[in-house]
Amino acid sequence: MIKFSESRLAKVKEIIARYPDGKQKSALIPVLHMAQDDFGGWLDAPVMDYIAELLQIKPIEVYEVATFYSMFNTKPVGKHLLEVCRTGPCMLNGSDDIIDYIKEKLGIREGETTADGLFTLKPAECLGACGYAPMMQLGEHYREHLTKEKIDKLIDELRAQAKN
Amino acid sequence: MAVKVLLKNDHIEGIRYYDTYRKHGGYAAAEKALKMAPADIVEEVKKSGLRGRGGAGFPTGMKWSFLAKPEGVPRHLVCNADESEPGTFKDRYLMEFHPHTLIEGLLISSFALGSNATYIYIRGEYAWIVGILEQAIDEAKKNGWLGKNIQGTGFDCEIYVHRGAGAYICGEETALIESLEGKRGNPRMKPPFPAIQGLWMRPTVVNNVETLAAVVPIINMGGEEYAKIGVGRSTGSKLLSVCGNVNKPGVYEIDMTISVEEFIYSDEYCGGIPNGKRLKACIPGGSSVPIVPANLLFKTAKGETRYMNYESLSDGGFATGTMMGSGGFIVLDEDQCIVRHTMTLARFYNHESCGQCSPCREGTGWMYKILKNIETGKGKMSDIDLLWDIQRRIEGNTICPLGDAAAWPVAAAIRHFRDEFEWHVNNPEESQKRNFGLAHYADPIHVPASA
Repeated sequence: MIKFSESRLAKVKEIIARYPDGKQKSALIPVLHMAQDDFGGWLDAPVMDYIAELLQIKPIEVYEVATFYSMFNTKPVGKHLLEVCRTGPCMLNGSDDIIDYIKEKLGIREGETTADGLFTLKPAECLGACGYAPMMQLGEHYREHLTKEKIDKLIDELRAQAKN
Repeated sequence: MAVKVLLKNDHIEGIRYYDTYRKHGGYAAAEKALKMAPADIVEEVKKSGLRGRGGAGFPTGMKWSFLAKPEGVPRHLVCNADESEPGTFKDRYLMEFHPHTLIEGLLISSFALGSNATYIYIRGEYAWIVGILEQAIDEAKKNGWLGKNIQGTGFDCEIYVHRGAGAYICGEETALIESLEGKRGNPRMKPPFPAIQGLWMRPTVVNNVETLAAVVPIINMGGEEYAKIGVGRSTGSKLLSVCGNVNKPGVYEIDMTISVEEFIYSDEYCGGIPNGKRLKACIPGGSSVPIVPANLLFKTAKGETRYMNYESLSDGGFATGTMMGSGGFIVLDEDQCIVRHTMTLARFYNHESCGQCSPCREGTGWMYKILKNIETGKGKMSDIDLLWDIQRRIEGNTICPLGDAAAWPVAAAIRHFRDEFEWHVNNPEESQKRNFGLAHYADPIHVPASA
């Protein structure tokens, strides 16, 4: 059954209390982030229905928000989502080469997940790290000044982690 | 010249934490402000000449004075930390390394405007900064700068960090408000303006991170003293985030009296272009503002030195000038392809269009597809005119400025670099192997007829 843990439910309550009475819908985006973190990295319909129930809003109000924002995944993704920026300033600093290198290394195309379910490659639009380009977002952190060597090292590390 | 106003404590280790911040003069402005009448704080901000640092450059004091104050209706201050304009990463720097400057600025501004619940709307990707800000808020609260009856004034204020989820459009203030209400980021029709009916239909002021942080030095120095920094209507200091082909990308604080040439070539700032390459073009204020070729960057069409401020950068209008915008300074060297660069920007705006207005929803998609064709050697000569036609039909015909922001980069690229586009069309195979290069774009000034 889809349900937040007690401590996470307390966090949801704390978030709702930030907004005026009756405006609990304002908590939707923060709570969807929590749901995506807790329920497998993406938002399946039953998860969204659960959030709707929790915030006492209609399921459609959750679906329309989840599909609007690029950080919410409405399809399954790999354990590690490699979101490589490719907008102007990153492109000037070689992001196209980085994306091509990852594709070749992992044997996947943009938007695809590796067969072992470890990696998904998702080209992203400007993430606000233009001075530290090329860069990618990995989970809650940025990896900046990317090189092929750094990609090799990162992927090796994440693969080793998965084996342990 | 370099000034240290917002970043004056940049070199101090631990300035991110309350004790260090306080020891170096932090919360002195808050102490001063809490003894002032709220209307007098607004007056100081007006005197400072501070203009919104998010990109539009609207006078902050004036924006504040529009805030409606109906009896019994709560008002809100919202800090716009949805920094998403390509080339811009200055607010991130402020929040990451100087969170207490922002919190102090928010407290003073909340007091001035009468906001008991203030929200920081931060772009979802800046996830790790949420923790930094929440820690600063906790520290401020423990020391009596937030919460109930702040410093015995009877004023209550809470600051909450609200994370977005990846949508450039939420930097537009009414889209941000919609998003904060838990909806899609679709901009609202104006009027009513947020100052009358904003968040939860209550009077609301939305200001950029850097704008609200600047309130701290304004109160410390006094509005009139602050206004002495800078030149003309470009008062105070401005943060610039520099990226692209420069030796020293990063965030710099300037007083808006230095020339563009000095800014690019001085070791104090960008440090010149790597590998001895020559400058081809620059977008000085974030991806939305017009790109200008090297020969219109250092000198205006009239042959006058161009300076890093609102007026000088926009000298010549869109025909030969550009804009200060958000301060996202993007530099392109001689090896860069204007067509490809413009294509990535068109793809960005197409991805970020909310889809409400058809000129923007459809137009941005068409611009991207056509640019992609030209870039990959499949373009026709008529495509260039078609692009021009599409951008003209988007500009001014949408609810929010995203349409304009998408149209301007395409228009400016064609206006100044038309022969590079034509070269791609005429040389489809060669254009896949090499770039057009610097061509004549750095040659002594020649004023193009206005388009």
